[in-house]
Amino acid sequence: MRPYRAMLSARFRLLLQYRAAAIAGFGTQLFWGLIRVMIFTAFYRSTTAPVPMSLEETVTYVWLGQALLLLMPWNWDGEIAQAIRTGNVAYELVRPADLYWLWFARGVAMRTAPALLRAVPMFVMAVAFLGMGLPPTWGAAAAFAVSIAATVLLSAAITTLLVISLFWTISGDGIVRLVAGAVMLFSGLIVPLPLFPDWAQPVLNALPFRGIGDVPFRLYMGHIPAAEAPRLVAQQLAWTAAIVLVGRFALDRARRRLVVQGG
Amino acid sequence: MSGIRLYLRYVGVSMRSQMQYRASFVMLVLGNIVTNGIEIIGIAVLFSRFRSLGVWRFEEVAFLYGIVNVAFAIAEGAGRGFDMFSRTVRTGDFDRMLLRPRGTALQVGASEMQLMRLGRLLQGLVVLVWAAGALGIEWTAPRLVLVAFAIAGGACLFIGLFVAQATLSFWTTETLELLNILTYGGTETAQYPLSIYRGWFRRFFTFVVPLACISYFPALAILGREGPGLGATWFGWVAPAIGVLFLVATLRLWRFGVRHYRSTGS
Repeated sequence: MRPYRAMLSARFRLLLQYRAAAIAGFGTQLFWGLIRVMIFTAFYRSTTAPVPMSLEETVTYVWLGQALLLLMPWNWDGEIAQAIRTGNVAYELVRPADLYWLWFARGVAMRTAPALLRAVPMFVMAVAFLGMGLPPTWGAAAAFAVSIAATVLLSAAITTLLVISLFWTISGDGIVRLVAGAVMLFSGLIVPLPLFPDWAQPVLNALPFRGIGDVPFRLYMGHIPAAEAPRLVAQQLAWTAAIVLVGRFALDRARRRLVVQGG
Repeated sequence: MSGIRLYLRYVGVSMRSQMQYRASFVMLVLGNIVTNGIEIIGIAVLFSRFRSLGVWRFEEVAFLYGIVNVAFAIAEGAGRGFDMFSRTVRTGDFDRMLLRPRGTALQVGASEMQLMRLGRLLQGLVVLVWAAGALGIEWTAPRLVLVAFAIAGGACLFIGLFVAQATLSFWTTETLELLNILTYGGTETAQYPLSIYRGWFRRFFTFVVPLACISYFPALAILGREGPGLGATWFGWVAPAIGVLFLVATLRLWRFGVRHYRSTGS
């Protein structure tokens, strides 16, 4: 376990250094969130029909999405990608530790450190000035905390799978974009999932992407009661396990057929 | 060789190099279509849940979306060099451009033409054509001209934003990511009718960054939906010219920046 923990903490501390980028990103997302909130407000104003989620809940959902955006698996680890392209990945292969878990640990650091830098100020700002609500009960807050921890694992597993896919595609920017598109749409980042048509709900509920945003967000605001949390977190973890297995299998296959050009 | 022919030559070279990796190119275009496509899916989802947005129907918002995205895709394709310009300053590559006997704006603008932007262009065009058909208005020649004018004005406006961003990096040598809120955030904003936003926000996107002049006001004129003040139909017909003026102004700013350029020395 030691090497993985060391990798996690080293990467975590490194990633905390990028403060200027964090400030720029913060401004961008603040603006983005404001646009989304104004759009949703206008939609809510123009209907009298019952909507499965109140405007206040939607606003909270939007700001949670902005605060935790960097937690989502929308890109891969640039350094590993570079190593695979240049062949330096050979050095990774000789490390005396399990490669999958090393990369997974990097993935966890990559998802948590920048997200933390972004989430704390965004959360404070949104709760104080921008209409974001707090969890209604301690139970909801606890359910959110447990679920978001599962989200980190799920997100890191998808990130690791993305980078492993590079063994096959080399310049696979296209794949990242496809996955990022699915993540954004099906996690509720573009439109909160409860606002999707009713016929789409069973599909959305079955997909893994829901566990990256929608599940923790709705537990936070009590839109899903905390009593449902064990089942939903179990679903998040089951998807994580499945994606880890696929990732390990793919990495094994890749290593067997990998030819590193000398030089 | 005239400026335009030189520009086309640059674009040709860039296109040929990107077509060397055909599979990767196809994936990139597909990825680009998906990334942008989720936006229109989001809009459709919202309309299926809420039915309407004030007096606006889905077809009308899709029409706005089409204009803005086609304009932005053209600007992204043509002005990407400005978007990446901070790197050119940092590495000192700009010194070489200054030595060549051609305008700097032309060289920078043409230096990186990204074919994958075809994805957004195609996808925007499909939505635009569908919406234009579904709107149920008569497509007279003047109306078609106004659509083309709005797209051209919009492309100029977005290129102007890229130029302004690049000009700032003469002083900062870093990309000010914050300006992305005007380009990418601007596209997002202009996909919806301006009337849904708050007052300060509307004024900002009308008078400071005149995005409304290339999408919202021309659309009002085309849809025959006259509003108060700047919503007047005559204004919709001339408004896209403001996008062109914006580009002219930012190019002047660019020349000012070039005069004050100091090489990073590396």
